[in-house]
Amino acid sequence: MAGNSFRQCPTSGLYFHRSAESLMKAHAVMAVVFFLIGGIFGLLVMLTRMPSVHLLSAETFYMALSIHGTDILIFWIIFFEVAVLYFASSTLLRVRPAMPGLGWLGFLLMLVGSCTTTFSFFRGNSSVMFTSYVPMPAEPIFYLGLILFAVGALVGCFLFLATLVVAKREKTYQGSIPLVTFGALTACIIAVVTIVMGAIILIPTFLWSLGLIPNVDPLVYRTIWWGLGHSSQQINVSAQVSIWYAVAAIVFGAKPMSEKVSRTAFLLYILFLQLASAHHLLVDPGLSTSWKVFNTSYAMYLAVLASMVHGLTVPGSIEVAQRKKGFTNGLFEWLRKAPWDNPVFSGMFLAMIIFGFIGGITGVVMGTEQINLIIHNTIFVPGHFHATVAVGTTLTFMAITYFLIPVLFRRELILPQLAKWQPYIFAGGMVLLILFMLGAGTLGVPRRHWDVSFSDAVLKFKFAGTAITMLGMAGVGGILAAIGGGAYCLIAVGSLVFGKRLDENASLFSSFGFPMSAPAYKVSQPDQLAMSPIESHGSGSHAAPGTFALALVFLVTFVVYFFINAKYLSSLWHMS
Amino acid sequence: MSIHPPAQRVWWKQPIDKIEAAWIGLALIWCLILFAWMPYWHVFGKQNLSTESYKTSTTAFEKKTNDMIAKYTVRKEADGQIPVVAPPAGSNVYLAASKWAWNPILELKKGESYRLHISSLDWQHGFSLQPVNMNLQILPGYETVITLTPTQSGEFGVVCNEFCGIGHHAMLGKIYVKD
Repeated sequence: MAGNSFRQCPTSGLYFHRSAESLMKAHAVMAVVFFLIGGIFGLLVMLTRMPSVHLLSAETFYMALSIHGTDILIFWIIFFEVAVLYFASSTLLRVRPAMPGLGWLGFLLMLVGSCTTTFSFFRGNSSVMFTSYVPMPAEPIFYLGLILFAVGALVGCFLFLATLVVAKREKTYQGSIPLVTFGALTACIIAVVTIVMGAIILIPTFLWSLGLIPNVDPLVYRTIWWGLGHSSQQINVSAQVSIWYAVAAIVFGAKPMSEKVSRTAFLLYILFLQLASAHHLLVDPGLSTSWKVFNTSYAMYLAVLASMVHGLTVPGSIEVAQRKKGFTNGLFEWLRKAPWDNPVFSGMFLAMIIFGFIGGITGVVMGTEQINLIIHNTIFVPGHFHATVAVGTTLTFMAITYFLIPVLFRRELILPQLAKWQPYIFAGGMVLLILFMLGAGTLGVPRRHWDVSFSDAVLKFKFAGTAITMLGMAGVGGILAAIGGGAYCLIAVGSLVFGKRLDENASLFSSFGFPMSAPAYKVSQPDQLAMSPIESHGSGSHAAPGTFALALVFLVTFVVYFFINAKYLSSLWHMS
Repeated sequence: MSIHPPAQRVWWKQPIDKIEAAWIGLALIWCLILFAWMPYWHVFGKQNLSTESYKTSTTAFEKKTNDMIAKYTVRKEADGQIPVVAPPAGSNVYLAASKWAWNPILELKKGESYRLHISSLDWQHGFSLQPVNMNLQILPGYETVITLTPTQSGEFGVVCNEFCGIGHHAMLGKIYVKD
C-alpha cells in the first residue's frame, strides 16, 4: 500500500486503517438507523399489546411487528456485526483491509436489500413477520431484499477472512490471532453457513412468489429457514461474547484465564449450534423423536456448555485482573469496585448477566423436547429472545458504541450523565418487559396476537386476569426500555454531530478524505502486534472465587427453574 | 490481553485453572442430565408427542373432517354456524384449522382417550389449548395424530398461536370435556 494509511488513536493506542475505518463507520451508522426504525415500531407493538392502550389497528399492528422483528433482528444486528468484523480484523491485527472496494459493494448490497425489504413492509402486503412461513405469501421484493442483504453480508464475511490471510502473509502480528479476533472468526464462519441456509430456502421462496415454482413445502421451509433464523442468533452470541472479552481487555486489561478453554468454547459453537435450529420444530409433525432429541440436546447442550464456559471465563478474567490491582477483600470487592459508572463496562456486564440468567436458562428449558409443549409460540418465546438479543446482543453493542465514539469517530460523548444511566434504564426496562412476557407466556398468552380478549371471535374465551395484568406490566417495561433505546440513539447520533472533536480534523467524513487534508493518517504500517507478556502461572494468581460463587448461583437457579417447568408439564392432559 | 495474541506460542498446552476445570465438569454433568431427562420422560412421563404424522392433502383432510361431523354432530353453536361433535371414546377425531376458525367444536369425555388428527386447510396455524397450555404447530399437507386423554372437565379454548393473516386474532375454537 502506498502512502500513509493508518492513524493511531491516542486514547486507546489502536491503529485504524483509513479504508477500514470508513467501512466501519458506514456499517455502524446504518446499524443505528435501523435500530431507531425497528425500535420505534417495537414501542408501537408494545403499546398495542398493552390491553389498556391497544394503540394500532390489527393490520398496522402486524405490519409494525414484521418491521420491528426484521429491522432489529437482521438489519441492526448484521450491520453492526460487519462493522465488528472490520474492527476485529483490520484494527486489532493492524492490517490493511483486503479489497475495500469490494467491501463497499457489500455495503451497497446490504443497504439496498435492507431498504427494499423495509419498503415492502410499508407497502402493507408483506406483513408476514420475520419468519415469513409459507404458504403465507409476501411480495417478491420482500424476499429479494433479504437475498440482496444476505449476499452483501456474505461479501463482508469473505473480506474478513481475506483480511486474516493478508495479516498472516504480511506478518502484522506474532503468534496466534487474539482471542477477540478468534471469536469474530467464529461468528464469521457461522454467518457463512447461516447465509447459505438462507439462500437455499429464500431463493426458491422468491421464485415461488414470482409464480415460477408451484409450491414450497411448509415443513421443508421451516427446517431450513430455522437453519438461518436460529443460526443467525448464534452469530450474535459469538460476536457479543467476543466483545465481552474485548471490553474486559479494554477496561480492565484482562487476559483470558485460559486461551485453550475460551477458544475451545468458541469451537463448540461452530460444531454444535447449527443443528440447534431443530428446537424450533419440537412440536412440528413429520419429524421423529430421536431426530428432535438428538439435534436439540446432543447438539444444543454442548453449545450451552460453551456459553456456560464463557459465562465463567469472561467475569473470571475480570476478577483476576481486578484482584491483581489489589481488590482482594472478600468474594466480591473486585465487582463492587468495578467502574459501574462507565457505560462500556456496565452495559457489557448487565448484558452478560441478563443474557445468562434469563436468556440462557429460559432458552434451554423451552428447548427441551417435551417442555416445549407448554411454551411453543406463547409470548414466553419473545420473552426469551428479548433477553438474549435485545439485552445480550443489543446492550453489548450499545456498550461498545460508547467505546467506539471517541476511538473510531474521535468525538466526545454528549450527555455523559445520560450515557452513564442509559444501560441501567434500558436493561431495567427490558428485564421488566421480559419477566412479564415470560409470566404471561407461562399462562398461555400467544405471541404475535393483536387481541387476546378475542372480541372479534365468534366463540368466547378469557385468559386469566393475571395474564392480562402481566401484559400491561410488560408494556410499562417496554416503554422504559424504549426510553433507554431512545437515549442510546440520541447519544450516538448526537455525539457524531455535536460531540466535541477530539482531534482538530475529526469529522465523520475525515477517513473518506473529506475535508481533503487528513493529517491524522501518519503511519504507513504499524509495528508488528506483539504477543501478550508472559506471566508466572502460579495457581494463586488466577483465582476467581467470586465468579465461581456466582456461577454456582446460576447453576442452582437453572436446575430449580428446569424442574419447576417439568412439574408444570406433568400437570397437563395426557398425550402420547 | 484478549485483544493481543496469546502470551505463549503453544497456548493449547497451557494448564487449565482449577476453577475452570471444576466449572466445566459441573456444567457438563448438568448438560448430560438435561439430555437424559428427555428419553427418561419418554418412558415415564405422560405428556409426550407421538411421531405419528402423515402427508395429506387439504381436500382429503377436509373430507375426513366433514365425514366425522356428519356422523357425530350433537348440536350447533354460534347461531347454528359451528357444529359440536361428540365422537365415541377411542375413535378418530378430526380438527381442521383454516383461516380463521377451528372446525368443529369437540365434546370429549374426561379420562377417555381419543386419536386426535389435526391439520390445516390453508396456511400454518398453531393449536393452543387453553388454559391447559398445550401448544402444537399445525402445517398444511401434514396430519398430526396424537392420542389425547383429557384429565380435567370443563370448557377449553383453542387459540391459534401461529400468525395466519389479518383475522388471526379472531381464530378461536372450543373443546368441551364432560365428566
